[in-house]
Amino acid sequence: MASPLLEVRGLCVDYVTETVDVRAVDNADLTLERGEFLAIVGESGCGKSTLLFAISRLLSVPAEISAGSVMFHGENLVALGEDQLRALRWRDYSVVMQSAMNALNPTLSIAAQFRDAMRAHSSMSDAEIRARSAEVLRLVGIDEVHLASFPHQLSGGMRQRAMIAMALLFTPDLVIMDEPTSALDVVGQRSLMTQIKDLQERLGFAVIFVTHDMSLVSHYSDRLVVMYAGQLVEVATTESLFADPLHPYSKGLLDAFPSIRGPRRVLTGIPGSPPDLAHPPAGCRFAPRCPVVMEACTTERPELVAVGASQVRCLLYPAVPAAAV
Amino acid sequence: MAATDDRTDTLAMADEPLLRTVELTKHFHLGGLFSKQALHAVDGANIVIREKEILALVGESGSGKSTVARLLAMVYRPTSGQILFRGRSVHELRSRKDLLWYRRQVPMVFQDPYSSINPVFRVSHPVLRNLQLHRPELDKAGRNAEVERLFELVGLTPAREMLDKFPYEMSGGQRQRVGFAAALAVEPRLILADEPVSMLDVSIRAGILNLMIDLRDRLGVSMLYITHDIASARYVADRIMVMYAGHVVETGPAEAVLANPKHFYTQLLLAAVPDPRERTSFTTSASIGEPPKVVDPTPGCRFRTRCQSAVEECSRVTPVLRPMAPGHAAACHVATPDAGVQASGA
Repeated sequence: MASPLLEVRGLCVDYVTETVDVRAVDNADLTLERGEFLAIVGESGCGKSTLLFAISRLLSVPAEISAGSVMFHGENLVALGEDQLRALRWRDYSVVMQSAMNALNPTLSIAAQFRDAMRAHSSMSDAEIRARSAEVLRLVGIDEVHLASFPHQLSGGMRQRAMIAMALLFTPDLVIMDEPTSALDVVGQRSLMTQIKDLQERLGFAVIFVTHDMSLVSHYSDRLVVMYAGQLVEVATTESLFADPLHPYSKGLLDAFPSIRGPRRVLTGIPGSPPDLAHPPAGCRFAPRCPVVMEACTTERPELVAVGASQVRCLLYPAVPAAAV
Repeated sequence: MAATDDRTDTLAMADEPLLRTVELTKHFHLGGLFSKQALHAVDGANIVIREKEILALVGESGSGKSTVARLLAMVYRPTSGQILFRGRSVHELRSRKDLLWYRRQVPMVFQDPYSSINPVFRVSHPVLRNLQLHRPELDKAGRNAEVERLFELVGLTPAREMLDKFPYEMSGGQRQRVGFAAALAVEPRLILADEPVSMLDVSIRAGILNLMIDLRDRLGVSMLYITHDIASARYVADRIMVMYAGHVVETGPAEAVLANPKHFYTQLLLAAVPDPRERTSFTTSASIGEPPKVVDPTPGCRFRTRCQSAVEECSRVTPVLRPMAPGHAAACHVATPDAGVQASGA
């Protein structure tokens, strides 16, 4: 088997403060194959965005990678300097930020922003830049007349699509997306997801997609990673996670959104809030909110163990040492 | 939840509703001083909210649903049309006393719990302010007891500890509960909730939605729940009203609208709801286009450019709400009423 596109091993991210170091991502292992669509889901503050920024080396002070490696294209991204990263950014991997309104420069036209990225990362001529800009914009279903538009002249959905077009300027192998649909309403979210999936199938790039809404990715992702309080708690194919969630937290997430079909059921959501990561619980981090908590959960730290083809961090499952994710 | 099942009873006692609007319209002036252009945010909305009822107003961004909330909260003055609260026209309220009376009955809960609470005060502050302003009969001890009771009521427990927190110490869900506590402080009849859960994590949305149902059932307070998520509308609301580009296009009992959507836009909204238990039927082509900006519109159905079933009439005549089933109406030329429903008149 060919080596995977991206391999994350033992990645830890700490937020360093004067009094205490907060571990926002704890020992994360991930593997991403070429052309795969991997979704990372979890609540706010679970470390999902921090993990993304660590992988893409976009963390800034006070966050720092304290351990682990990120192998991409045979190189360890964690060990690279800014110059070496610049050669990979946009060309080999790109990032679509959460809020397109803030990620696009309000004072520059779309064309100027596309041109900036291409000038910085290639030696294309002006004519080539113009042609490519129009091409990627058409790719995401926006008329090329909008190259001359400023961000405020586009709707929320169009701004997000323009961001995605920009991420595809060099047709990278990996596109990292941090909740690109969260500012959109339901119809906009759904059409953007359909479009991302369609582009991915046509162009063959791999996607890491972060979201707090599990139902959103249900029809689009190949595999799902569920994060809680800085740790991966379940890794499974999307199908098996929706059909048969293993971790009590995954079950809670699945029960959190109302359905439009079938009888109306009372939703419970997941009562309580995630733990303070400066002082995580001694045992399982989900124990204080867990509906099926056992005595051992408050003292014993569960490891990620293999259950069939999935992996789960929960004492309900006997501890067989986990194989690589 | 017993009261949820009594929906038919609630619908039956409909003499003068709690709040009623008559052809409510809001146009915004566009362009410079001499421009005659107008953006039609809301056109001719007839909204009815009954006692002890949650009405969900559903639509995409830009459909005019937040404008409706602001009109009802008297933030905007309507271009034309009327708002009648318990039979009394709110436009005749002139004195500060009368305006306070109305604002006390109809408070608002905002979308963004991160920016709607002043970060430099403790979270009890917005609730105490409302008590001070609207319930002068309470002394200091009375206010402190009342704020504690309200915090318990909205599930901020233990209330004694919660009262002294600052907003940054609270999660988004907890802050939104503070928003509801502040609204309840004034003993309201109707709470205007503008997308109260859209900024919250999916895992805590259910808690806030359950709180809304609970407040309706226990306190008998009515709510206008504004959302773009028709699935959550079904979960909390007794009735659903769908807006598109400033027009009300469908209205009816929540389950009837969900089970038997008549307007093609309602069908699009339903198709967009992700449901992992179903195969997806949603294609990009069905969703292409966005709600139009309605500047100086010509007559016709505003959804026709995105509608696959549009006929010639749709571009000439603006459809009005027609009865489709008992209590269920849609503004569409093509939709067919259920058997036995008179097709004439709205």
